[in-house]
Amino acid sequence: MTDQAYNFAYLDEQTKRMIRRAILKGLAIPGYQVPFASREMPMPYGWGTGGVQVSAAVLTPDDRFKVIDQGADDTTNAVSIRSFFERTAGVATTTVTADASIIQTRHRIPEEPLTEGQVLVYQVPIPEPLRFLEPRESETRKMHALEEYGLMHVKLYEDIARHGHIATSYAYPVKVEGRYVMDPSPIPKFDNPKMGDMAAIQLFGAGREQRIYALPPYTQVISLDFEDHPFEASKANHACGLCGSEDSYLDEVIIDDAGGRMFVCSDTDYCEARQAAGHKGQDAA
Amino acid sequence: MEAQVLSGGFTDPAVQSAHAFRSVMEAMARPGTLHAVSGAVPPAPLSAAAGAILLTLCDTDTPVFLAGAADCDAVRSWLAFHTGAPLAGPSHCMFALGTWDGLAPLSAYPIGTAEYPDRSATLIVELPELSTAGSVLTGPGIKDKAALSLPEVQAFQANHALFPLGLDFIFTSGDHVAALPRSSEVG
Repeated sequence: MTDQAYNFAYLDEQTKRMIRRAILKGLAIPGYQVPFASREMPMPYGWGTGGVQVSAAVLTPDDRFKVIDQGADDTTNAVSIRSFFERTAGVATTTVTADASIIQTRHRIPEEPLTEGQVLVYQVPIPEPLRFLEPRESETRKMHALEEYGLMHVKLYEDIARHGHIATSYAYPVKVEGRYVMDPSPIPKFDNPKMGDMAAIQLFGAGREQRIYALPPYTQVISLDFEDHPFEASKANHACGLCGSEDSYLDEVIIDDAGGRMFVCSDTDYCEARQAAGHKGQDAA
Repeated sequence: MEAQVLSGGFTDPAVQSAHAFRSVMEAMARPGTLHAVSGAVPPAPLSAAAGAILLTLCDTDTPVFLAGAADCDAVRSWLAFHTGAPLAGPSHCMFALGTWDGLAPLSAYPIGTAEYPDRSATLIVELPELSTAGSVLTGPGIKDKAALSLPEVQAFQANHALFPLGLDFIFTSGDHVAALPRSSEVG
């Protein structure tokens, strides 16, 4: 049921126009962070206010909306954002990846390949990939303008010097169309290869940091690496305990206080669909 | 005040502008594809698509340049009543609207700065016809190749050479829209 006290999808029309203009510029300059006047939302920063504002600007009443939090449809963040748009936009919702036209995500890309016509909206905490190397926005702007990305390679090199391999495992920096270095949001680097050449539109919203950026479909996205230390999409070396999948990204779950643990798919929809199709892992009941 | 000025806006602004934006977003994300945009009935010489795009993207924050025949009393008053967008010259506009000949020369529009390439104009180009045939496009948003009936080629090649600076183009004809972002290579 739509909450009649609010405009469609909560935000007022002027705010939506401002966000929509930022999205269009973001699509025209893939990987570039467009500043926007982020609004206060009825949820704290850090809970996906950027993603929620982008979703609100993109949603139509005909959409079917899915929200995932670390791959799961049934965690607090996902449930509350889904019900937020059920109330304020009256949109249909789903947990099935293939049925959704807009998917808002926190820190995962669904296992099932996305298709044309779908839009993936990322919640982004820190949009600036250079921020922890250079805290000043005035400087990082200049570094992007001059394509001065040597510092990022130094960081990856320091990983190798210290650990023997690139230890960065999430928010792994990518280069878009050979121009902008971009933070893919804290997705595991396992998901990085899915960003390039994706059929769906990818939009990124950072509420607290007031930035929107975007990847049009079929855009070249390359994870930074070295010739002798090529990028590797890593995951836990196990099969899912519930559905037995060997090629999905896994969460490690502690199941007792004696060191017992199991590995399960982080993408709950993918795991449930496999279980329903008869696949069984070693820990399945 | 003439009645025509007051009519022709969206009857259900939140929903109609959401649909119109999705069409424009799809067009911008997938250069060389056509999308339908409707809901607005702007005064001549504006197309229905151009009218809907103005209603969807323009407001008091966006200076608009009306070029050539589009710069008439009917359009000026309609735009003022429905969007409140201030009129500006080409060098200070965020959006420009007109025919391809009317909008020339392209050197008059802001192309953004090295640090803020998004501070560039978006040109809404009214074309007599729009089809997915003609100039071959490659680049982000395009799987292999796409084609679009562009009014010329060289201007868009020069614009692409400025990347990441440059202008972005939205083409309108009747109730159809297509787009050409600066990232597209025209070949």
